[in-house]
Amino acid sequence: MNIVTHPKSRPDVIPADAGIQRVRAALDSRFRGNDVGGVKAIRECGRRLSAAEQAFTGLITIVLTVQVILPSVSTGDGQLAGVFRMERINALVLSVVFGAAVLWYIAQARRGAKMYVRPIPGLSAVDEAVGRATEMGRPVVYIPGTGDLDEIQTIAGLSILGRVARVTARYNTPLRVPVLYPLPMAAAQETVREAYLDEGVEHQDPETVQYVAGESFSYSARVGGIMMRERPGAAIYMGLFTAESLLIAEVGQSTGAIQIAGTAAPDQLPFFIAACDYVLIGEELYAASAYLSGDPKILGSLKGQDLMKIVITVIVLAGVLAITFGQNPEWLTAIFEAK
Amino acid sequence: MKSRLPVLVAFISGALMILAFFGRGTVVDAVSDRALTWQTIVGGFSLLLGAVSIARVHWKKVATRHEDRFYSLCLLICFVVMGGSGVFYGIGSGTLFDTLFQRIQAPMMSTMFSVLAFFIASAAYRAFRARSASSAILLVAAVLVMLGRIPMGQYIYHGLPSWADWIMTVPSMAVQRGILIGAALGAASMSLRIILGIERTYLGRG
Repeated sequence: MNIVTHPKSRPDVIPADAGIQRVRAALDSRFRGNDVGGVKAIRECGRRLSAAEQAFTGLITIVLTVQVILPSVSTGDGQLAGVFRMERINALVLSVVFGAAVLWYIAQARRGAKMYVRPIPGLSAVDEAVGRATEMGRPVVYIPGTGDLDEIQTIAGLSILGRVARVTARYNTPLRVPVLYPLPMAAAQETVREAYLDEGVEHQDPETVQYVAGESFSYSARVGGIMMRERPGAAIYMGLFTAESLLIAEVGQSTGAIQIAGTAAPDQLPFFIAACDYVLIGEELYAASAYLSGDPKILGSLKGQDLMKIVITVIVLAGVLAITFGQNPEWLTAIFEAK
Repeated sequence: MKSRLPVLVAFISGALMILAFFGRGTVVDAVSDRALTWQTIVGGFSLLLGAVSIARVHWKKVATRHEDRFYSLCLLICFVVMGGSGVFYGIGSGTLFDTLFQRIQAPMMSTMFSVLAFFIASAAYRAFRARSASSAILLVAAVLVMLGRIPMGQYIYHGLPSWADWIMTVPSMAVQRGILIGAALGAASMSLRIILGIERTYLGRG
């Protein structure tokens, strides 16, 4: 793996406007170990948009307006009558309540309220797994699911990839990220590059994140080949998986790698539980980025999520009791009815 | 700027889709349709990125005489032949591309799928060992469901199919729904964080 130490500059986070010297000084202080002051200064400078940045943002807004909104208005009748789908009012109310709960807890977190997230063993094991791979001199294989970038589980997988890449960069452990679609490949390349820069190294190995195939079983064959040839010390699967989950996880199991998986696809969970050492089940996958980042704002959103879970549990219990006592409250089922 | 632009795009796209879901009318529909068309076009062009990635990674292995260079050479030859036949002779029925796909690629994919049966057997063997109380419950439930779903189960005991149905429709379904509700809330919460720019870890900035 070709890694070049890059201690002096980080051109991607240095804005072009005034204050560049301050950023450079902040970065230097960071690399001397005085991390907190450096990061604060970078954030402060990042808040100021340069003229070029403002112009670019304006250009994007104009392009979106001219290319998307105006042609759409001109093809439509321009009337705003009947703008709302009343049959989806239940979904809107639930969304507003949920959004309000999440935002309220985020505001609480910003004000300094302490948020507790229960330990997730699968995520605690990430460092251990990468450490083991490093000791054995073997690579780490990370698969951010087999969904495209419009799938929220893929985004969750990429969030965890950032943390894994940081740890592999720290230990100088080779990382392999085979992907099924080109857009997640581009996103994963950026995530890995940023994570390596955060650890003070410039990442240059094109083989780290590679597009493998556009078809599920061809992808499984290639990933199996990588695992059998490179014998990874750790294999991490986070994101959306379909039929290929067991094809990949069983090959990983046969290589003796520590395996950590996470998915919100209930059909694939039994396969991962059978083949992996740790499994993140359903919502744990989405909570992972909050857990790993430790950002109080993101942790606050988890609290809002939990409140909504309590609300739903109460409604479900009310429905169960009503049915048990011979009632059939249609208004209760209408709350969750999708239209 | 590098972090602001993706966040801005995520906010506009997310807000647009929410409007399209709850809104009605030709303007909202046309805007969301156009945005989805853009998504398709961007997705199509992104295939070029994938093709470049494959060619770069495997050409490097061939050029540097890597120990796996023969696999890479084989892949590059297949890549050029399949791609070239599709571009120059079309992909319709009876073309070279169609023949290569139907006679070589499709059987290979079917082979991979059929291998799954052996992997399920080996995974089931590990999962169904009664090493603890919970794995013993799993083993008993799995045996009942498997026996209840085959004709022989009915000959062993006529009530087995109904037991299997009960396990699948009551405890198994309850657990699945619990996971689905939690996952749906997690997805909604994460979407909200991304739309509002609170969650940026997917950009590599933890």
